[in-house]
Amino acid sequence: MPYHNLKALIKAIRACKTFADERSLIVSESAAIRASFRAEDSFTRHNNIAKLLYIQMLGYPAQWGQIECLKLVASPRFADKRLGYLGIMLLLDESQEVLTLVTNSLKNDMNHSNMYAVGLALCTFANIASEEMARDLCNEVEKLLGSSNTYVRKKAALCALRVVRKVPDLHDHFTEKAKALLNDRNHGVLLSGITLVIEMCQQTEECLDEFRPMLPLLVRHLKSLVTTGYSPEHDVAGITDPFLQVKIIRMLRLLGRNDAQASEKMNDILAQVATNTDSSKNVGNSILYEAVLAILDIEADSGLRVMAINILGKFLSNRDNNIRYVALHTLNKVVTMDTNAVQRHRSIVLDCLRDGDISIRRRALELSYALINESNVKDMIRELLAFLAVADNEFKLGMTTQICLAAERLAPNKRWHIDTVLRVLKLAGDYVREEILSAFVRLVCHTPELQSYTVSKLFMALKEDVSQESLTLAAVWIIGEFSTTLMEQGVYDGNESRPVTDTEVVDLLETVLHTPYATPVSRQFVLASITKISSRARTTEPVRQRIAGILESYETNLDLEIQQRAVEFAALFGQTGIRAGVLEEMPPPEVRSTVVGVVSENKPVGPTAPAKDSTLVDLMGDEPAVAAPGGASAIPAQANEDLLAQIFGGSTSSAPPATTTPAGNSKASVNDILGLFGSTSVAPAAPAPAMSSPFDALGSSGGSASLFSTAPATQPARAAPAQKSPGYVAYDKNSLKITLNPQVSAQRPGVVLITARFEVAGSVPAQGVNFQAAVPKTQQMQMQPMSNTDVQPGATETQALKIVAPPGANIRLRLRVGFTMGGQTIQDQVDFNGFPPGLTGSAS
Amino acid sequence: MIRFILVQNRQGKTRLSKWYAPFDDDEKVRIRGEVHRLIAPRDQKHQSNFVEYRNYKVVYRRYAGLFFCLCVDSNDNELAYLEAIHLFVEVLDSFFENVCELDLVFNFYKVYAILDEVFLAGEIEETSKEVVLARLEELEKLE
Repeated sequence: MPYHNLKALIKAIRACKTFADERSLIVSESAAIRASFRAEDSFTRHNNIAKLLYIQMLGYPAQWGQIECLKLVASPRFADKRLGYLGIMLLLDESQEVLTLVTNSLKNDMNHSNMYAVGLALCTFANIASEEMARDLCNEVEKLLGSSNTYVRKKAALCALRVVRKVPDLHDHFTEKAKALLNDRNHGVLLSGITLVIEMCQQTEECLDEFRPMLPLLVRHLKSLVTTGYSPEHDVAGITDPFLQVKIIRMLRLLGRNDAQASEKMNDILAQVATNTDSSKNVGNSILYEAVLAILDIEADSGLRVMAINILGKFLSNRDNNIRYVALHTLNKVVTMDTNAVQRHRSIVLDCLRDGDISIRRRALELSYALINESNVKDMIRELLAFLAVADNEFKLGMTTQICLAAERLAPNKRWHIDTVLRVLKLAGDYVREEILSAFVRLVCHTPELQSYTVSKLFMALKEDVSQESLTLAAVWIIGEFSTTLMEQGVYDGNESRPVTDTEVVDLLETVLHTPYATPVSRQFVLASITKISSRARTTEPVRQRIAGILESYETNLDLEIQQRAVEFAALFGQTGIRAGVLEEMPPPEVRSTVVGVVSENKPVGPTAPAKDSTLVDLMGDEPAVAAPGGASAIPAQANEDLLAQIFGGSTSSAPPATTTPAGNSKASVNDILGLFGSTSVAPAAPAPAMSSPFDALGSSGGSASLFSTAPATQPARAAPAQKSPGYVAYDKNSLKITLNPQVSAQRPGVVLITARFEVAGSVPAQGVNFQAAVPKTQQMQMQPMSNTDVQPGATETQALKIVAPPGANIRLRLRVGFTMGGQTIQDQVDFNGFPPGLTGSAS
Repeated sequence: MIRFILVQNRQGKTRLSKWYAPFDDDEKVRIRGEVHRLIAPRDQKHQSNFVEYRNYKVVYRRYAGLFFCLCVDSNDNELAYLEAIHLFVEVLDSFFENVCELDLVFNFYKVYAILDEVFLAGEIEETSKEVVLARLEELEKLE
């Protein structure tokens, strides 16, 4: 049953209770309309199309009515024509074939004697014209641009805009007419005209040049809009035609871009707009906003620029979210141009992080990243960390990355850097990139003085929360690596430190293994970690058994990777000969793989002592508080580092006597090369055999041998590819000559690898050579043990040093050497700064 | 430029849709749904009237139970378009004398006519309420 008119249909549809009812009603109505179309009933056509358009608006198919719309357009009745064009605009768009049939109707109507019909045709054309149609009707549009009727002119201007958008080549048809439009007194025409010109100018440089002379005219227009008082026809909240003002300013922006002369001409009017526009309402702000955009884009003088940024600053403190939104959006764009001006509004930007609107938060966040610099890094990161705690999850990944990168770039000190990353891991451990995680591990490994602090922090953090994946991974790895430190130094719980037992550590790691948050990766980490712990001297036998048990239970794990690890680690348990060596602490990860003389025990000079941060005691300015031990010469090679460590640490805490037997020394961190290979309880044997045997063992076990392939490099790495400099004589007295051979690499400025060569001049061997070195506080040094502490005549012994200095710094060394020659003990100390400047790279 | 204009009620029923760029029918249905879901749950008081949508920005304003949404290019002046929505609503209000949702339902074809007087080819065409209303009156007489 068809409804007799549109109103009845709408009512019926609204009365439908369910979606199914509505659907069936529309299906039957559509069928009725279609039947009526087939009957070619021209009287009901209008009614039917109206109903059909309503049906279409509800989202039902109505494409089949297109042709009927065309018929309606051809009708002489204006009401039919109007509805027909409406139907065409709704049912057709530029991508449809049927559109070609409309071209002719449009052409006829554009030449119609009735201005209203012309208006309809222009309106339809402007909304749906295709490329082909634009070419066909270009001439008609051009003609109508000159019409005496303002209504037709303004519509024609927008039709021309459509033509230019579809076929940019046709712009020259409109250039002259467009200039005339810019002189039009009617606001509607002027507005449409400027819109057209903006489009043309954006398309080609040529058009832009064409319209450059119109600048004074546009400035005049804008001036009269700004200065005229109340004009009722175009007034919006006390401002005369804001839409036109916005368009003119946008046009000025195009003309002033990269054109100092034009910018100069519009400076005054833009300043006037910026100062005189009322900023209490949205209308005024829309103009101010456009003016700011223009000022920032053109070659404005600096005063005007500052004014623009201050307007944005004022926007930021506006209560209206829309205004804040555009301010942040714009500041984001200018922050790279003029960071200092934006920097002044930092606190308001940070306040916006707490805004209720996520898009404002997002923009404030982006802006905050850009505002971080050396001087405010602590404050900014503190704010960002506070925000990270409450931030939307979608922000977290970006935030953790940005915070950690900023911390790495700008950290005032290592302690702060480590604290920052720790905090990030605690707050958003599930949203941390792998790169950030490995950078953190690298940082910890390269910061021996803070290792005990870091490991204790991580231990506590992991105890509280095992659900943050990255925190878990970082903690598990670092606890495994530095378990000895952890057990020796205990954890700082509040202010006092509390000892940690091996059982406690393994308990915690086992928790990680069994928590529902565990991932295959974190399980793998745990397995590797407990295996390492099992080989540390501090670990007791029952715990070792327990670790073996855990490994065994994973030997049948369904995850292949875990299973493989468990099986391999368990097998390693049996290989007592090599186990300790394989599981020794890792060398701090390097970006570059070729490092002179590095075996796996890349020991820092200072002990990871309770002795505060400054393990790198500055010998330069320091009285050598502890007299160099005279008995040192009697101690074999491995004592070198122990001694040095104790000299350094000794001034601050009660150091054990320097002559303690090294084998009994519990400090694994200053362990010697022999302890690495032999089981720790075995007293070190003579160096040579001890070294050769583990290599044999390794060779037979294959696989991990590559780890040690650089081992023979305890001899000078003559083949190292890095740039080599000639040697510098640092010491040449008492028949002992020490030459320093620095090596630098372009990829890692600031890192200098030095090979010290020891030769004796006479025929008497120097025995028990003890070579020590110290660097200024700003630099760090690591030393390898000497290849042989007894220097035979004619032989050359070596020792490797690695110094990390800030780029541009001079390497200065204080060297102390002690040895016995011909029964005579010799002690000496020299300062050396003979390296050429620029060794550490140029200061950046 | 304006890509499309949507007027929807709080339930997501579309009362007016105008497309200045070509989208096929399925796409239109999807966009209507997406825009509604994007805008309806937003807080009127504490959130801005702008939302990023695909590569564009939706500038919207709520009048009683109706959302008026303009989808514009991302470098357009949002504040000015917000004002344009208000202009359009004022014209509707004067034309229907205190407009309500049902006016738009029963007179949807007139609403389209009004829209075409304010916006054309995705740009603002006329900014004077009086000019638009005078024109509409003349067109009414011709029917």
